[in-house]
Amino acid sequence: MPSQDGSLKAITANRLRDGVVVFLGADAAWVEAFADAALFAAADADAALAAAKAQAEGEQFGVDVYAFDVETENGVPVPVKMRERIRALGPSVRLDLGKQAAA
Amino acid sequence: MNHIAPGARAGIYHYDEIDRRFVGERVEQFRKQVERRLAGELTEEEFKPIRLMNGLYLQLHAYMLRIAVPYGVMSAVQLRKLSEIGRKYDRGYGHFTTRQNLQYNWIKLEDTPAILNELADVDMHALQTSGNCVRNVTTDQFVGAAADEVVDGRVYAEILRQWTTLHPEFTYLPRKFKIAISGASSDRAAVRVHDVGLLARRNEAGEAGFTFYVGGGLGRSPFIGKLVREWVAEEDFVAYLEAILRVYNQYGRRDNIYKARIKILVHELGLDTFRQEVEEEFERLRGPKYRMAPEIVAEIRKHFAPPPFEELAERSDILERAKATDPAFANWVAVNVAEHRAPGYAIATISLKPPGGIPGDATCDQMDLIADLAERHSFGELRVSHVQNIVLAHVKQDELYDLWQQLDAAGLGTANAGLIGDIIACPGLDYCALANARSIPLAQAISARFADPIRQRTIGELGIKISGCINACGHHHIAAIGILGVDKKGTEFYQITVGGDPTLTTAIGDILGPAVTETEAVDAIEAIVEVYLANRTGEDERFVDTLKRVGHAPFKERIYAAD
Repeated sequence: MPSQDGSLKAITANRLRDGVVVFLGADAAWVEAFADAALFAAADADAALAAAKAQAEGEQFGVDVYAFDVETENGVPVPVKMRERIRALGPSVRLDLGKQAAA
Repeated sequence: MNHIAPGARAGIYHYDEIDRRFVGERVEQFRKQVERRLAGELTEEEFKPIRLMNGLYLQLHAYMLRIAVPYGVMSAVQLRKLSEIGRKYDRGYGHFTTRQNLQYNWIKLEDTPAILNELADVDMHALQTSGNCVRNVTTDQFVGAAADEVVDGRVYAEILRQWTTLHPEFTYLPRKFKIAISGASSDRAAVRVHDVGLLARRNEAGEAGFTFYVGGGLGRSPFIGKLVREWVAEEDFVAYLEAILRVYNQYGRRDNIYKARIKILVHELGLDTFRQEVEEEFERLRGPKYRMAPEIVAEIRKHFAPPPFEELAERSDILERAKATDPAFANWVAVNVAEHRAPGYAIATISLKPPGGIPGDATCDQMDLIADLAERHSFGELRVSHVQNIVLAHVKQDELYDLWQQLDAAGLGTANAGLIGDIIACPGLDYCALANARSIPLAQAISARFADPIRQRTIGELGIKISGCINACGHHHIAAIGILGVDKKGTEFYQITVGGDPTLTTAIGDILGPAVTETEAVDAIEAIVEVYLANRTGEDERFVDTLKRVGHAPFKERIYAAD
């Protein structure tokens, strides 16, 4: 749920064994597509992040776990920062690589 | 281990059993460390410094593995292995870096031990490509071939490789430590922006020695290396470097990563105090243990014996005829081919910067072709330059046309070495976890804008270098036109500097004015070029010389007039 000011966050990591970008999805399961990422109200994000970090390290699943800002464009959630957009899609200079290649 | 040595090719150091055993042991050690990490026996905090010591970073999309190409020189066999690894474990390409290394961008942690094992098969590894140690020593890409060479830097770079590998005092330095060596009258290795820059020279007696510059570096605090000693005899080469590193290890700051490089130590101590400390340490060290005996140097030098050059005429009729019939080839020769010390031979630069291309990227097919061409035309040996190109250093002039036709057919025949299209660009925000802005799209747009080879030659020598963050892997500080990507409230902006110089007359560029947007940046570069062309006294006056003469004002007026 978005917070009162409407800001949203998603939680991401890199998968330990292969480095692939993953997102925390529904039911605390890690997913590969940003479209499947769970969105948290800013007020709830810290607790969700702490739980995700503990889970990722405990299961040797993910590293470098953090939350990032999400906004809505034309009704679709997208990362606010270019960095996170590139992580969610792949290199902007190689559209044949990364998650965008499979889309 | 199924060892496939690079072969007895000229110019390539061959591992001995000690080298081979050491690298093999490190691979096995890392294999077990990876297993322990995946099993949860090591935390990420414990494992991270271990993987970095093996060249493995975590970047935006995956792990990045940086392979050491010692002093940028490798064999065709080694390049073919890099291509094979790129196909098998990555996405069919590799990225050649400003450190003369190669990076893969899509590596899996679980594959890394197998990759390192395959590298070891061809005497390669990823050691000293990360971490706070002495990094892979870089040198002139024309080493051993250049007409203006005085001393062969490979010999001393290899000595440093052996000396620094696993050196117990220098495995945990305050920060990373980069050394560059140039042994020619022209500096093609940017020596004065390294932690230690060495100019190898000869005295009147013909003996080799070194001028030491210390405390150069780019990044958030750019410094030009300061002259610490004009002459260090060959036998004292290692002792003097050890003295510098000991002073750094003792006094370098470990409390602040931004002040930990030796450039800050030299700056804060002052040159005289720093020099005094080094000289005192040098006097303590000097002696039989640290003396580099001529026999040791001679033994290493054997690995870099000249290849079996044929006796040829100074100039090739075949080459001249081909140039007369094919203007595109003639242009490539004029721009990408340099003079060789041996009559009838030439040094060919293979540009990895096609118009609109990604600087430094080569597909595995291209790597295979370059390996084949190196075997056919350059004694099976090639070099990676710090400007992210490949060099075939020993090509018969008679064979240049054949070489270029094959390169051109594979998209590798671009004639822009040293011109405006020969852009250095770091991976930037498209790949790098540290970046604030993208570098590659801007490089692509600029090289496409200036694609016309005639226009590029009209503009002449003009280096553009782009970094996606203040760490300056793209060397923007020392570019004639430097571009630094910055993030302003989520939007990419680009700060333009002018007047940098990577050669012996090293200079750090000055900021021209407020940062511009991505869409404004290419027009701004074109405006700078137009102002230069309108103001230069003639074709012989380079951009940096015009800039010195007319100052920043005409350039600023043109770019920021509407503001």
